[in-house]
Amino acid sequence: MSSILPPSNRLWWKESIDKTEWTWIGIAFVWGMIMFVMMIYWHIYGKQNLSNEAYKTTPEMFAAKAEKFIAENTIRKETDQEIPVVKVPAGGDGYLIARLWNWYPILELEKGKEYKIHLSSMDYNHGFSLQPVNINIQVIPGYEHVVKMTPTSTGTFAIVCNEFCGIGHHTMLGRIYVK
Amino acid sequence: MAENDSDIPFMQKLLDNHFLLLVIGVVSPGVIYILWGIIDIMNTPLAK
Amino acid sequence: MATTYRTCPASGLQFEAHAEKLMKWNAVVAVLWLLVGGIGALGVIMTRWPAFKLLPADQFYTILTAHGVDMLLLWILHFEMAVLYFASSTLLRCRLATPKMGWLGFWLMVIGGIMTNVAIFQGESSVMFTSYVPMQAAPHFYLGLILVAVGSLIGCGIFMGTLVVAKKDKTYTGSIPMVTFGALTATIIAVFTILSGAGILIPTFLWSVGLIKEIDAQLYRMVWWALGHSSQQINVAAHVSIWYLIPAIVIGAKPLSEKVSRGAFLLYILFLQLASAHHLLSDPGMSAEWKVLNTSYFMYFAVMASMIHGFTVPGAVEAAMRRKGFNNGLFEWLRKAPWGNPAFAGMFISLVSFGFLGGISGVVLGTEQINMLMHNTYYVPGHFHTTVVTGTTLAFMAVTYLLVPTLFRRKMIWPKLCQIQPYLFGIAMSITGLVMMGAGTLGVSRRHWDMAFSGAPFQYEWPGAAYLMMGMTGFFGVITIIGGALWIVLVVGSLLFGEKLDGGVVSDKPTPIPAATPAASASHHGSDHVAVPGTVVLAMALLVAFVLYYYVNWKYLSEVWLLS
Repeated sequence: MSSILPPSNRLWWKESIDKTEWTWIGIAFVWGMIMFVMMIYWHIYGKQNLSNEAYKTTPEMFAAKAEKFIAENTIRKETDQEIPVVKVPAGGDGYLIARLWNWYPILELEKGKEYKIHLSSMDYNHGFSLQPVNINIQVIPGYEHVVKMTPTSTGTFAIVCNEFCGIGHHTMLGRIYVK
Repeated sequence: MAENDSDIPFMQKLLDNHFLLLVIGVVSPGVIYILWGIIDIMNTPLAK
Repeated sequence: MATTYRTCPASGLQFEAHAEKLMKWNAVVAVLWLLVGGIGALGVIMTRWPAFKLLPADQFYTILTAHGVDMLLLWILHFEMAVLYFASSTLLRCRLATPKMGWLGFWLMVIGGIMTNVAIFQGESSVMFTSYVPMQAAPHFYLGLILVAVGSLIGCGIFMGTLVVAKKDKTYTGSIPMVTFGALTATIIAVFTILSGAGILIPTFLWSVGLIKEIDAQLYRMVWWALGHSSQQINVAAHVSIWYLIPAIVIGAKPLSEKVSRGAFLLYILFLQLASAHHLLSDPGMSAEWKVLNTSYFMYFAVMASMIHGFTVPGAVEAAMRRKGFNNGLFEWLRKAPWGNPAFAGMFISLVSFGFLGGISGVVLGTEQINMLMHNTYYVPGHFHTTVVTGTTLAFMAVTYLLVPTLFRRKMIWPKLCQIQPYLFGIAMSITGLVMMGAGTLGVSRRHWDMAFSGAPFQYEWPGAAYLMMGMTGFFGVITIIGGALWIVLVVGSLLFGEKLDGGVVSDKPTPIPAATPAASASHHGSDHVAVPGTVVLAMALLVAFVLYYYVNWKYLSEVWLLS
């Protein structure tokens, strides 16, 4: 009877459902299936899918690989902190370290070329937030995430940290150049 | 009531069985989310 | 244990003495946490408002941690305990199982809540509500949360026990009422939530005192979100129950179909918890298959359930109003609904805001690939302020307008202000949520002290529109806080100074719910069926908004850099 009383019909499951309700249930079901298939469709045909290539690592292992990459590919240094600007070989691997409180190094990419960018954190969780493109990826200590990226626009891009990582969180701003 | 419960449909009996609902409500996400999630994390290969 | 039963003369509800006292104290403590969390909200919003930037960074993160814990856990869990005791003991008209355990649970929650807040305000535990390892809080931060979890688990046990008592004492016949079934759904989700929470918080506590060396950061995130997100799914089940409860009491609404609504709750029981994956869609360690199946609540069956509730709740209101004779056109039932009753108005605003804003944004945000556009941006708190605040908190505020006279036996003071409050709070919060989502769409980060990045080696200038949105967030956020403060003033004022109401007859035996007469059940078989065309129009509007917004976001996604 009422929502605060037991159903008045003892066999309430046998009550028929009104046509309007059936229709709405059908619509909700179909829409749900469409949304489910959309995600699978995008995996097959879409061009923006987050890579699933990930490895267990340690801060030391990742830092060693990143330092080697930086030593081999640095083209200049910027700012009074002498942050290396590293040109990632087209189609090759680039390493980006997230740590308290910077993104290291600065990467230089070319438009239209595909890169494998390796992301990991040296300490806490960090958030890779590429602006103003607006791509956001979680960066987790102990995990190396290999993301294939192809820039489609040129310019200077910021990497904002958008996962809280302590008092200096707001100063954690990195940079990517795309030529 | 108890003398003629045989005509109650299966689904109604299920929805009236509160402790069974509790079990399936814990097991379903326990398997699909937690257990599968742990397997995924354990299967992450080591970095070279 | 000896007890008595009081029948409220105005509502006919029957309160058992132990349950009544537990409900009252849980509700009162809930309101106190809302007050603490609300003061926190003011600190958060006035700091994120670029024109003011009130607090220094360290205080901002401390206050933000407290705001999250006090609102998302303490206010809501304490209120939910009251809801569970109401939906079991009061609606089933039976004694509460093991009231002594109820008090144990209550005190565990109170002590735990205070302990965690002490840890936060000592300043060494500004780790946010999520407390992602390896960032470490003080041990009593985790210990307090564990006590809260144990306390609420006891509450869930009492709810289940009370269902057994009612069945054994035969205080009802047939199936439990819809609202109780919704509360059962909330309880089941809560049990999963609390077990997961214990599974991760206990090791984390041991880690914080040095007994465990390391906790895997990805594993922590995965299990923690089974607590962090599922706890908000308890709220969904609880506030949907209240959506069924309020129209039933205010206008005598009844479910369009017991079968459909209960079936929808069953889908919640099975799948709603899976949405914890929404927070891990941009993580490295989880497979795409796990992400897709979990984020979609197993092929969107729980979304389907919400869409069903979104239809049957207003449908029940429409049917009840049409039965009363408001039959002209599509919407006379809606125009003539009791908008001056704050319980009804709050419930309806909660329904609309949760559906159109919180629900749609949640599904879009939880689409695996689209999540990359919004993960960790201000969109996320924008989304959950239109689910947990306009959805749950507003529904709880609305039902309180009914509980103060029946449970606390006090007349609400200042009825004019009571009428305004749900509109002020609900509309201001909805706008705040919208502009937060707007800022997030432009990329603005959540949990971030300084949009200007002062002290960073580089500069990045957000678009002007982002600053505008953040300013609007501040402005409407402050109005929301005023609306919330007004509610606290009205409730506390009524409890202290409201006119005392007659408590009604007290008996030492429960009066069972009368079994439905054969005539009543016969009349239920369709003879009083009412069509609900107005609800169909509302539901279609929701669907159109949903489909458009969903595909607009795929369009946005297709324009960013290529990723594979």
